[in-house]
Amino acid sequence: MARTVSTRRKTLTTIAAWTIGIVIFFPILWIIVLSFKTEGDAIKTPLEVLTSLWTFESYAVVQERSDYFKHFTNSVIIALGSTLLGVLVAVPAAWSMAFVPSPRTRGILMWMLSTKMLPAVGVLYPIYLLFIQLGILDSRIGLVVVLMLINLPIIVWMLYTYFREIPGEILEAARMDGATLRAELLYVLTPMAIPGIASTVLLNVILAWNEAFWTLNLTAAKAAPLTAFIASYSSPEGLFYAKLSAASVMAIAPILIMGWFSQKQLVRGLTFGAVK
Amino acid sequence: MATQHSRSAARMMMAPATILLLGWMLVPLTMTLYFSFKKYLPLRGGDLGWVGFDNYVRFVSSSSFWPAVATTLVIVGGVLIITVILGVLLALLLDQPIWGQGVVRILVIAPFFVMPTVSGLVWKNMFMDPVNGFFAHLWRAVGAEPIQWLSQASLPSLIMIISWQWLPFATLILLTAIQSLDSEQREAAEMDGAGPIGRFSFIILPHLARAITVVVLIQTIFLLSIFAEIFVTTAGAFGTKTLTYLIFQRVLESQNVGLGSAGGVYAIILANIVAIFLMRVVGKNLDR
Repeated sequence: MARTVSTRRKTLTTIAAWTIGIVIFFPILWIIVLSFKTEGDAIKTPLEVLTSLWTFESYAVVQERSDYFKHFTNSVIIALGSTLLGVLVAVPAAWSMAFVPSPRTRGILMWMLSTKMLPAVGVLYPIYLLFIQLGILDSRIGLVVVLMLINLPIIVWMLYTYFREIPGEILEAARMDGATLRAELLYVLTPMAIPGIASTVLLNVILAWNEAFWTLNLTAAKAAPLTAFIASYSSPEGLFYAKLSAASVMAIAPILIMGWFSQKQLVRGLTFGAVK
Repeated sequence: MATQHSRSAARMMMAPATILLLGWMLVPLTMTLYFSFKKYLPLRGGDLGWVGFDNYVRFVSSSSFWPAVATTLVIVGGVLIITVILGVLLALLLDQPIWGQGVVRILVIAPFFVMPTVSGLVWKNMFMDPVNGFFAHLWRAVGAEPIQWLSQASLPSLIMIISWQWLPFATLILLTAIQSLDSEQREAAEMDGAGPIGRFSFIILPHLARAITVVVLIQTIFLLSIFAEIFVTTAGAFGTKTLTYLIFQRVLESQNVGLGSAGGVYAIILANIVAIFLMRVVGKNLDR
């Protein structure tokens, strides 16, 4: 007996789910609306906002006035840089733990996870001081390194859970067929590992893009990514709803789209494989 | 299959990640411990010598300590209760047959991908502003006096903002867990005449227990270090100073590094207590 559901019931649950979905999504929807209004219209009542003129003005102003693209580029470099660097370091580690496990593998994995639990604020001053002494305060390279380090445990863990799913027998079969180590890596393992690596990259770019403790505390005007740039809107002068909306929409749009593709990986990555 | 050769190769492959994380953990941690035993005021005289456990005592006996603990507990507890209860309900709803399920899922998950500074500022200005905010317009439309959200109801407002960000996470994980439930088991229960409430409390809820534990532990770790949302909304005013925020102020704003470091050590101990429980749950999974 398959679960049969009456159309009536399906209609009711559909209405309920859509209503809740729209309520949850509403703040995002609303800033999209406000971003296409003039500052004068954006502060009117919701009804007046909806019936007023639509315009691209705010998007143009945000780009002209505040070096939006500089901060956007910073975000891209920091998110991508820290993720790729992390993957580069993590792939060999996860690889060896998945394929050549030793009695210590478990302990090492758990220890790596424990470094992720270290509260950032507990080490804020040492990092701040080191950054000053190394001359990398407010630099992109500094943030790339810090974000790489804070996300490294997640990267290793995700890759490990993916690699562990690759059956070892395939390797042995390839070896029996006379594949060299090089051929084995290139033609057997790499194609099987790529989906896992891609998912890991996707999730970690999202996490790095949205990171808002180190980016706020270690950058100023020069290396600030979008998280810190948007925070500068917290003490605004005059009318700014439409501009804040436009800047926000541009800051979250790329990651929102990536996030929708990474729902499954999100669960795996953020629960360290505890929920699949 | 593993030869001596491949073992040493494996060790080589592990080295970069292990060394980096070891450095990342030990260097700042040692420095924090070191500073926590010193009177260290970078802007007012610098290193003024060893003071023993003075900073630890002063941190907990300062008038802002207990309020900060209370604020932290209220925020973490409030957000956990809201996200877990609503998350379970929402996951159950999204598990039902729905037209356009994929789209609804996308709508529900979206807030998780909004960067913390954006969600803080958007809620503060576009929704909770007592003059021009969406809620103010709504309240006036029904003839009520608009609420000064972030000053008069600061904690509930913050809990609302943070819950909005974390509800998708809870929902997504609980939904994944529900969907991994064997449908035959559910059907068997249905055929045996178990009503919806019986099915929920005897089949679904026990199955979800583990996922709920994971949600609670992971969220607790992240929520204990909530920062940006407070930074852009109230900046710690109106009783919204959490432990994390208090330490941040001690260290960077008032540059009392010794005192802040002692606070940092407390924060590390607190996070580790939660982490031990989380590691147990995650560790169990490794053995399977």
